Amino acid sequence: MSSETPLLKVDAVQRFFDVSKPWLNRVLANEPKLLLKAVDDISFSIRKGETFSLVGESGCGKSTVARLIVGLYPTSSGSIEFEGTDFSTLSKRNQMAPLRRRMTMIFQDPYTSLNPRWRVRDIIAEPIRAFGLTNTGGISGSRLQIFNRVAELLEQVGLSAADGDKYPHEFSGGQCQRISIARALASEPDFIVCDEPTSALDVSVQAQILNLMKNLQRELELTYLFISHDLAVVYHVSDNIGVMYLGRLCEIADKETLFTNPRHPYTRMLFNAIPDINMSGKERIPVSGEVPNPIEPPSGCTFHPRCPIANERCKRERPELQIVDSHSQVACHAIEEKRNMEVHFI
Amino acid sequence: MSVPLLQINNLSIEFNTRRGNLVAVEDISFEVAEGEIFGIVGESGAGKSLTGKAIIGLLEAPGRISGGKILLNNERIDNLPYEQMRRLRGKSIGMVFQDPLTSLNPLYTIGRQLIETIQTHTNHTATQAKNRALELLREVGIPAAEKRIDQFPHQFSGGMRQRVVIALALCVNPKLIIADEPTTALDVSIQAQILTLLKNLCRKHGTAVILITHDMGVIAETANRVAVMYAGKIAEIGPVREVVQNPQHPYAQGLMASIPVIGRKMKYLAQIDGSMPRIAERPSGCAFHPRCPHAIELCNKQIPELLNKGKTKAACLLFRNGNP
Ligand SMILES: Nc1ncnc2c1ncn2[C@@H]1O[C@H](COP(=O)(O)OP(=O)(O)OP(=O)(O)O)[C@@H](O)[C@H]1O
Ligand SMILES: Nc1ncnc2c1ncn2[C@@H]1O[C@H](COP(=O)(O)OP(=O)(O)OP(=O)(O)O)[C@@H](O)[C@H]1O
Ligand code: SF4
Ligand SMILES: [Mg+2]
Ligand SMILES: [Mg+2]
Repeated sequence: MSSETPLLKVDAVQRFFDVSKPWLNRVLANEPKLLLKAVDDISFSIRKGETFSLVGESGCGKSTVARLIVGLYPTSSGSIEFEGTDFSTLSKRNQMAPLRRRMTMIFQDPYTSLNPRWRVRDIIAEPIRAFGLTNTGGISGSRLQIFNRVAELLEQVGLSAADGDKYPHEFSGGQCQRISIARALASEPDFIVCDEPTSALDVSVQAQILNLMKNLQRELELTYLFISHDLAVVYHVSDNIGVMYLGRLCEIADKETLFTNPRHPYTRMLFNAIPDINMSGKERIPVSGEVPNPIEPPSGCTFHPRCPIANERCKRERPELQIVDSHSQVACHAIEEKRNMEVHFI
Repeated sequence: MSVPLLQINNLSIEFNTRRGNLVAVEDISFEVAEGEIFGIVGESGAGKSLTGKAIIGLLEAPGRISGGKILLNNERIDNLPYEQMRRLRGKSIGMVFQDPLTSLNPLYTIGRQLIETIQTHTNHTATQAKNRALELLREVGIPAAEKRIDQFPHQFSGGMRQRVVIALALCVNPKLIIADEPTTALDVSIQAQILTLLKNLCRKHGTAVILITHDMGVIAETANRVAVMYAGKIAEIGPVREVVQNPQHPYAQGLMASIPVIGRKMKYLAQIDGSMPRIAERPSGCAFHPRCPHAIELCNKQIPELLNKGKTKAACLLFRNGNP
């Protein structure tokens, strides 16, 4: 992790959701307000040109982080900096737009993320119009320019210019995801947040989309924040990886380090649960317990009820991410104290 | 050799629609032995769920079995009258779906659902049935079963619900359980728990399981044998290890190569261009031929049959006359 300014810096970001019952019911029942800490004090940074992935099980807060970064949700606290500029310091729309243009998002469900009543051409052209990305004067001139640009984008993602006339329902899931990618590229971003972009697709189609994304990254020097719960996909695409559990990051490491030497007990548990396609016949330790209710997370380290090496301190005190070496950061008391873990993990 | 528990012979499933007959599943055959976990994998729309539904008699109109036979313990079950099929379903075949909520009634406690199912199929008294229900809940790994038995489905997590559904399927000691994407909606750590549970149940009770999934990792980890389906047909069938590590059919080869594997460094994944054709647009001959890197002249004319190839069987014209 070098000293140059990262493209994106997320610093101590929190996002809470109010999940209380309606006000009146709550007051009548004399219940306190309920806050769900979807993202609770998360920090990481992404360098230009890299793919940084977030993994973790359902509900751990991955999509919330994605939405915070692209500005779909405001943060409850903390800061998000893009090329050193803190978004929260930009109050005016016209200051925000040039930065916002440079980051876009691709969603998991290719069908619902595309407006079914719009032609593909208009779907892709929308960001071009919204950000005024044409440079010739005159309406007809810019119309032609948009037309050509959309055709170029369609071809770039492996579709044909003629597909612009069609509607989303005329395409398969994989093709719809290509359309989403074309739309994301339309604003000429350098940073794309990809929230489970292939989770709804079959593996053979997933391979096509992942290859396309890799190609585009190389050609256009894109930076990706990639979100997935599929560890094999994450292994394939990432440079660096953050593992999340209940709204917090428990480990950040480069890919090779994380997969060859996972340190946090949760990371180890997660890796142990992956179906083994190599059929090495390795003995697995059955994973115990489930993800707790995020509204009432466990005290201290929220992983302690499932952790085989938890002790009293773990129940009491929340571990913070600490730099272990130049490759990884881990939030675990056992690692800090060098507790013996090997008896519990193979 | 003894008769396999389940035999599927030349099964075809059709939809009669206004636009004509659509053949969704075409001429598939396989066998499942007692205590075996038999996997069915394939992409969305390949015909996996329809196959499972046909076995358990749950095909919905306009879908129907248009050819072939299904035999359980050497007796035909594909042409049973409704009432008999319903009883058989209760007694011999259990079903676990992707979404546990489709199998659970949200208005009843899980105890009531288990007890009713047990009493429908046995002559247990209420107390005996309740004890059996508790035993089942413990067997599928529900902690504090005495307390949980009086709770409603919404009070359970996704993984716990799927355990309850498995308990429901086990109520009657079925010989066969059809599990259609039982872990697809679950997190990996919970998935691992459910798969371990299924494996242990098979081992312990000799229950056979047909495990339907699109996740090759799940199959590799769990099944003994597997059928890879493509466009309504079986492309390759054989022992899991062979099919995963040494697939013969060009589609199966492409499929395996497109799966990212931890520890395997590669810039790009192998990719099969195009996508599986929709049911109404299936090409002539071998349905895979437009995407197949090895296709020959014959491939758009002749429908390949499953032929022995190495330790598996593959439906590919390259292997006719013992070639290549
Ligand atoms: N708008 C919202 N209002 C209330 N709670 C929310 C909201 N959005 C998310 N949450 C909660 O925040 C937590 C994190 O959700 P998030 O969608 O970020 O998880 P995720 O890691 O993306 O999960 P998945 O893998 O299922 O997509 C969950 O407990 C979720 O229920
Ligand atoms: N009622 C119907 N009318 C016409 N075609 C249908 C009907 N139901 C299913 N089909 C078609 O039958 C084919 C096989 O469907 P099936 O549900 O068995 O697929 P699957 O392999 O289980 O896929 P998935 O992985 O998406 O569950 C599909 O192409 C589907 O479009
Ligand atoms: S801090 Fe404690 S409970 Fe948390 S993971 Fe580390 S050892 Fe386990
Ligand atoms: Mg999400
Ligand atoms: Mg299905």
